[in-house]
Amino acid sequence: MAIDWQTFWLTLQLAFAVSVLLLLLGLPIAYWIAFSSWRWKFLVQAIVALPLVLPPTVLGFYVLVALGPRSPLGRWSISLTGHTLAFTFSGLVIGSVIYSLPFAVQPFAASFASVDRKLIAASATLGASSVRTFFRVIAPLSVPGLVTGAALSFAHTMGEFGVVLMVGGNIPGVTRTVSIDIYDRVQAADYAGANQTALALLILCFVLLMIVYGFHRKASVLNSVQ
Amino acid sequence: MNAHPAVHNGVGAVNPAAETRLGCRIQKRFAGQQNFAVDVAFEAAAGFTILFGASGAGKTTLLDCVAGLTRPDDGRIAIGDRAVFDSSSGVNLPVADRHVGYAFQNLALFPHMTAEQNVSYGLNHLRSDARRQRTTAMLQAFRIAHLSGRNVRDISGGERQRVALARTLVTDPQLLLLDEPLAALDSPTKSHIIDDLQQWNRTQGIPILYVTHSRDEVFALGESVIVLEAGRILRQGTPHEVMTAPLQETVAQLAGFENIFDAVVEAVSPDRGTMTCRLSGAGGSISIETPLVRGGVGTAFRVGIRAGDILLATALPRALSARNIIPGRIVSLDQRDVMISARVQCAVEMEVHLTLAARDSLQLEVGREVWLVIKTHSCHLMQRAT
Repeated sequence: MAIDWQTFWLTLQLAFAVSVLLLLLGLPIAYWIAFSSWRWKFLVQAIVALPLVLPPTVLGFYVLVALGPRSPLGRWSISLTGHTLAFTFSGLVIGSVIYSLPFAVQPFAASFASVDRKLIAASATLGASSVRTFFRVIAPLSVPGLVTGAALSFAHTMGEFGVVLMVGGNIPGVTRTVSIDIYDRVQAADYAGANQTALALLILCFVLLMIVYGFHRKASVLNSVQ
Repeated sequence: MNAHPAVHNGVGAVNPAAETRLGCRIQKRFAGQQNFAVDVAFEAAAGFTILFGASGAGKTTLLDCVAGLTRPDDGRIAIGDRAVFDSSSGVNLPVADRHVGYAFQNLALFPHMTAEQNVSYGLNHLRSDARRQRTTAMLQAFRIAHLSGRNVRDISGGERQRVALARTLVTDPQLLLLDEPLAALDSPTKSHIIDDLQQWNRTQGIPILYVTHSRDEVFALGESVIVLEAGRILRQGTPHEVMTAPLQETVAQLAGFENIFDAVVEAVSPDRGTMTCRLSGAGGSISIETPLVRGGVGTAFRVGIRAGDILLATALPRALSARNIIPGRIVSLDQRDVMISARVQCAVEMEVHLTLAARDSLQLEVGREVWLVIKTHSCHLMQRAT
């Protein structure tokens, strides 16, 4: 059996949606982590980092419960659409966003924090609001970190398994991603198909990371000129 | 020469030439630093006020408080009659609303922008044509118009300094803070930039707080000098009043004088700008010529002389400009890394630093008769610690 390109297309859609959402959601969280001087900040940092160490099944289980019919979110979803978000593409996106959160937020926050504070101070003394300072000074100087964060969350979502299985199940065209497909094939003793699919995923992730590190090299050459 | 065309008649000029004063009373402690706090009160009129002091004296903290980057614990900061910080009424304007120009020590130019983009950054409130017009005028006034399209990474240190000043001044600040912005420059470049700055302020009439630890800059720029030490104002006045006053002994010791003696003024020659002091040490006393400071005959001081400022001769030197030539005898020679520390007994005992080559070519050894040569201005007078 050949590669099931539908699962690839679905996985790419999922990874793309997750990266975009994490850019929107991760930027303010990372900004807050980089610049807040709140004394309990470490609690938030620990929560954001939690998906790094938690077994995906644990995370997936809680997301499943949170999306289920007994949770407020589930009831709200039922009242809106008639069904819960569990075993849907949207549910998969929610689970994946939480699962990949540290892969986006940590590089973002690290690159924000490494921007010279004097530049931020200079921007303020020149009358710029913090929003303008962010978009004109902090973000442009953090581009390598932003690219890394987006690419890592993309790649991480591409290869995710446990959360998808718990939250999404295995519905072809809706929630069956590449890694689930590979698992399925191995279960069905289709080793040739599993091998082809796995190889394709490996190459895709490798190319993605190559682009990121190539970009980093270019950026660091530019920075060393300074 | 009129290098400053209609920059300040441009659209959006906030501040006509009405004279503003800075009133500043600040107390600021730092968590974990028991023995350092900034506690100052001063007024600064339009023109240059020099903040002079060793590093760690609190100069940058003071500027950061005025700019709003650091929040004082207590006090009041007013520019003209506009309070930008007042702990008693809870006023604490954000940095962006203070209209305080700040040129940082490391310049803090935006590295991803051209010279022109850096300069126009603070003019966001203007329409684009007005913004372009004022930016161009400012670039011309600071003689950097030819660099406008260049990235600030690719221009020289002096040019960057000019971009940094232009970027700060183009916003028409009501107060200007300069934190050693010219420290890295050679003197001709520095004096050109200072000329341009003074020229600019003739039309602006705003207070300029200028941080430096260069004595030369104090005399070149200062109408008023504030000497800071350990967060407090040690002295305030004109450069002449402040800089000819004897230093506090604590400052001098920090500055590293190997030779410190008790001294009493024997004679004063105001016309020559010198005086004669009698130094006393363990083995007796000698007279030396020192620079003139306030205090008449009989005033007690301490005199500090750096070991590296003393010349050593093996024959009586003649036809020298140095006024103090003192006979003595070497009592010890110690090698320290690549330098020789010699102790010479000449009524008082002095430490002299020499190179290894000097020791060898002069064939110095313990017991040898030598002459110490000390320039008048190498003798630093200090108040005795109380």
